[in-house]
Amino acid sequence: MNQHVHASKVVEMENCSISFGGIQAVDHASLDLHEGEVVALLGHNGAGKSTFIKLLSGAYKRDGGVIRIRGEEARIANPRDAKSYGIETIYQTLALADNVDTAANLFLGRELRTAWGTLDDVAMEARAREVMGRLNPRFQRFKEPVKALSGGQRQSVAIARAILFNARILIMDEPTAALGPQETAQVGELIKQLKDDGISIFLISHDIEDVFDLADRVAVMKNGQIVGTAPVHAVTRDEVLGMIILGKCPASATPGPGAMDN
Amino acid sequence: MSESNPEARSEPTADVARQADSSVVARLIRATEIDTRMLGMLGALLLIWIAFHVFSDGRFLTPRNLWNLSVQTSSVAIMSTGMVLIIVTRHIDLSVGSILGFVAMIMGVTQTAMLPNLLGADSGLIWVLTLLVGLIIGAAIGAVHGYVIAYLSVPAFIVTLGGLLIWRGAAWWVTSGQTVAPMDPSFRLMGGGPYGSIGAFWSWIVAAIACLAIIFLILNGRRNRARFNFPLRPIWAEVTLSVIGCATVLGAVAVANSYPWPKGIVNRYAAANNIDVPEAGLFISHGIAIPVLIAICVGVVMTFIATRTRFGRYVFAMGGNPEAAELAGINTRWVTMKIFILMGMLCAIAAAISTARLNASTNAQGTLDELLVIAAAVIGGTSLSGGIGTIVGAMIGALVMQSLQSGMVLLGVDAPFQNVVVGLVLVLAVWLDGIYRRRSVR
Repeated sequence: MNQHVHASKVVEMENCSISFGGIQAVDHASLDLHEGEVVALLGHNGAGKSTFIKLLSGAYKRDGGVIRIRGEEARIANPRDAKSYGIETIYQTLALADNVDTAANLFLGRELRTAWGTLDDVAMEARAREVMGRLNPRFQRFKEPVKALSGGQRQSVAIARAILFNARILIMDEPTAALGPQETAQVGELIKQLKDDGISIFLISHDIEDVFDLADRVAVMKNGQIVGTAPVHAVTRDEVLGMIILGKCPASATPGPGAMDN
Repeated sequence: MSESNPEARSEPTADVARQADSSVVARLIRATEIDTRMLGMLGALLLIWIAFHVFSDGRFLTPRNLWNLSVQTSSVAIMSTGMVLIIVTRHIDLSVGSILGFVAMIMGVTQTAMLPNLLGADSGLIWVLTLLVGLIIGAAIGAVHGYVIAYLSVPAFIVTLGGLLIWRGAAWWVTSGQTVAPMDPSFRLMGGGPYGSIGAFWSWIVAAIACLAIIFLILNGRRNRARFNFPLRPIWAEVTLSVIGCATVLGAVAVANSYPWPKGIVNRYAAANNIDVPEAGLFISHGIAIPVLIAICVGVVMTFIATRTRFGRYVFAMGGNPEAAELAGINTRWVTMKIFILMGMLCAIAAAISTARLNASTNAQGTLDELLVIAAAVIGGTSLSGGIGTIVGAMIGALVMQSLQSGMVLLGVDAPFQNVVVGLVLVLAVWLDGIYRRRSVR
């Protein structure tokens, strides 16, 4: 591998595929992500966006293809592997354990421990208060299981968990699906702030309105294939809609294997 | 994200209002942060005890009966602590009674037929090695169950249903159905009885240690809260909790100490040790029975595992949302396997107690125990849909089950009708619990 060429590319996914039974959910999809860049991954429900990105987060193991992190080939077979590369994921389902409290969820799988090897609940709650205080200053219900929280609060717990461990690469799968307009705007602010901190972000959505102002680049998927990628400023909303609905790749975009032949 | 829930925003004022017009009891519960569900269960237990006491003309709440009750509860209580973890992770174990039977047989043969030949019949090591063999066999059986459940993805219901048949059959096969007896004298101490109790002096020592531990835990909790500026419980609530805790411990030990050895055993003991027995008879206390002490230790260790270790945290997280646990990077299969290994070892401890108490290993030992253990865990507040349950709750659940049974024996209720009552109580308890939970979820 030529390290120099990939210097600013944080993530490169090349020809990644996965199938479930006879269904090719992701078909030779390639996508990359630069330092401090926000790439929006768009497509219909069922286009394969979430599945594709779960190959990166380790939730699924790919059948074929290569993933490189900072130019070096990465072995990602499970979520633990992905986290060791600094990849954090906010899942559409939030993936919270409903029956335990906020601190337990934030540190799930990476608990702080005392000198005796026992759980350091007090330290974890203190850290939880700190990070939640930044995201959602009015949040106070630390002692309750997250089941008792509102949709917005649960979302902020999921986001807090992703940024708590100094993620360098963040995957956000429909982060605003459960939120009202005001909370959606706040997530937008947060994404800008994270981007300024140099964090690279994959933003997955089925709605271009959610992401058009936030993303540097858009990538569109259809039927498990990449239709094309384009810098946001080079395409119009209508052109992106055409990519999503028809698979028609405009001249200003880089076509992928899923682009409709003209 | 901001707090857009208006109800939550008005919480402080609502709290103040609620506090003002609540009764003393409600304020006590709020300030001490006692789990009201647990309180309800203790209330039910007390009610059962008083009812049996009244209907048996005062024979239930006697030192003798309570002491026996504590010994009878130990074995099921020990197994119920493991069942909590299994049910919390949405599994079930139907095989614990059979595992108990099989391990009991193995331990019986080990200490009567094998070890005496190797070490000599008087060796003091026999009981330790027997227990060790039992623990290893129990762990191995649990590991096999856990492996098939976690790595081969066969439902726990099926695996342990198979185990129920397999290990009961295997228990028969060890000695072709013959009962093994008698047991090693040191081993028998694990079963209780006059010699298998620690006596008045050591019981008071245990009580003192327990009281110190209670006070230490409360002080330590307070110090930790203060360190991070968390809201503290009012001093009077802390004091009330300490006093109630210590009084319970001291009361229980006082009861155990007021149950004397039977006259025959006292006379034999006196003769053997050249003690003169006065005219009025010699009062030698039983004190805490060794099986009860073992059960308490198991309860403490299991509570520690469930609440203070990573493993325990993972168990509960997996129960709440298996997918989330997996995505958080937890090796859920290995955790599942460990839970079943733990269950196997607890079955072995229960088997040791039951064998020692019977002074024999029999083919039918532990039959239907799985149902008592599951019932104890469920009555104790373990939710079959996963994620919820406490070790203490399950142990109190075991005490409730055993109280019902021994109370009915005391009243002379026919055996078949005892089962009817136990079955009804189980269904009633789970129904009431369901109502309570639906009310308490906001």
